[in-house]
Amino acid sequence: MRVNGVQRAATDDTRRLLSDHLRHDLGLTGTHVGCEHGVCGCCTVLLDGAPIRSCLMLAVQAEGHDVTTIEGLSRDGTALHPVQQAFHECHALQCGFCTPGFVMSVVGLLAQHPDPSPVEIEEGIAGNLCRCTGYASIRRAVHRAVELSTQGERMTGRQ
Amino acid sequence: MKPPPFAYHAPASVDEACGLLATLEDAKVLAGGQSLVPLLNFRLARPQHLVDINRVSGLERIYERDRGIAVQALARQAAVEDSEVVARICPLLTEAIRLVAHRVIRNRGTVCGSIAHADPASELPAVLLALNGHVIARSTRGDRVISAAELFTSVMETTLAPDELMVEAWFPESTDRHAIVEESRRHGDFALAGAVRYADRLALFGVAPTPVLADPHDPTRGLEPSADLEASREFRLHLVRVLTDRAFAA
Repeated sequence: MRVNGVQRAATDDTRRLLSDHLRHDLGLTGTHVGCEHGVCGCCTVLLDGAPIRSCLMLAVQAEGHDVTTIEGLSRDGTALHPVQQAFHECHALQCGFCTPGFVMSVVGLLAQHPDPSPVEIEEGIAGNLCRCTGYASIRRAVHRAVELSTQGERMTGRQ
Repeated sequence: MKPPPFAYHAPASVDEACGLLATLEDAKVLAGGQSLVPLLNFRLARPQHLVDINRVSGLERIYERDRGIAVQALARQAAVEDSEVVARICPLLTEAIRLVAHRVIRNRGTVCGSIAHADPASELPAVLLALNGHVIARSTRGDRVISAAELFTSVMETTLAPDELMVEAWFPESTDRHAIVEESRRHGDFALAGAVRYADRLALFGVAPTPVLADPHDPTRGLEPSADLEASREFRLHLVRVLTDRAFAA
């Protein structure tokens, strides 16, 4: 499987969850593990560009697919991704445990709806839990991420 | 919170999958995994064999058949949700899928998987029942058409045989008046109770061991919903009456 653009060896342990494979075998501990039954959203990663729960997939199932984790969002490793920048600006994190999952869900949301309605934003983040209950800031951050993404597209001449 | 040991099989074709199901003892089919993997993680399910059908090619189609819409075993819920042909031929299915968990779950979860899992509080089995749809079960013995009325037998139990793979679910064309309404504690949660209306037909979910057809004029007749931490029996009966009214006001 390709993880953040790098070809990685497959695990031969078929019981290994993708979330555990990322964390324990590849050292990508940015993907967090909360409930391990698909409710909390902390382990959300992109599979071929679409957000999925990495705790509800076996690592062997990702063979031949592209996986993007929070570590792979920043293209050159320095500048923040617009969604990360928006979370930073809007103070959309307290303890930070849920943040990677939220960010990956929002990246998926904006890929599906580049200019989401307020309802689409609410539904887009409804599958992620924040135990610090910072939802108001997170919602603001999604609006800000839309602005930053649009600005970025204008600056690079893309529409 | 990790899956128990199992032997993993990843067949490349439906024939190969059916061959495995015919010979393996205690095998479970893994499609989207959004219900089965949590059960494995909790060790509530401990199958000896997992037959992962995700490598089977040509099983993702959503297509028109016999004045209805057929959804193959690997068609993700998100793909069905976004399908224009589904929205045109069976808009009730589009609306129902939007109530299934969250988009991130629907990116992986399948329509056939939801039906085969047969959770009593799940939307899609109730939609199949309200519309009088069917599923096609394939095995090395051949194909079998199972109508919704004959499919669901108890909590997470169906008449699918252990060697059968549900290759397709079929929903009849249904552009008459319809509604799906439910009450849940949080958006995306399993419903405490729900109602699906199509024309004069009413199917209820979350209030019996299987989805059930009910009389729209007397929807609680014969119902004995269970009580749990989330809702008492009386509250569920109340919800059935309110949701039925809402479904038929739509």
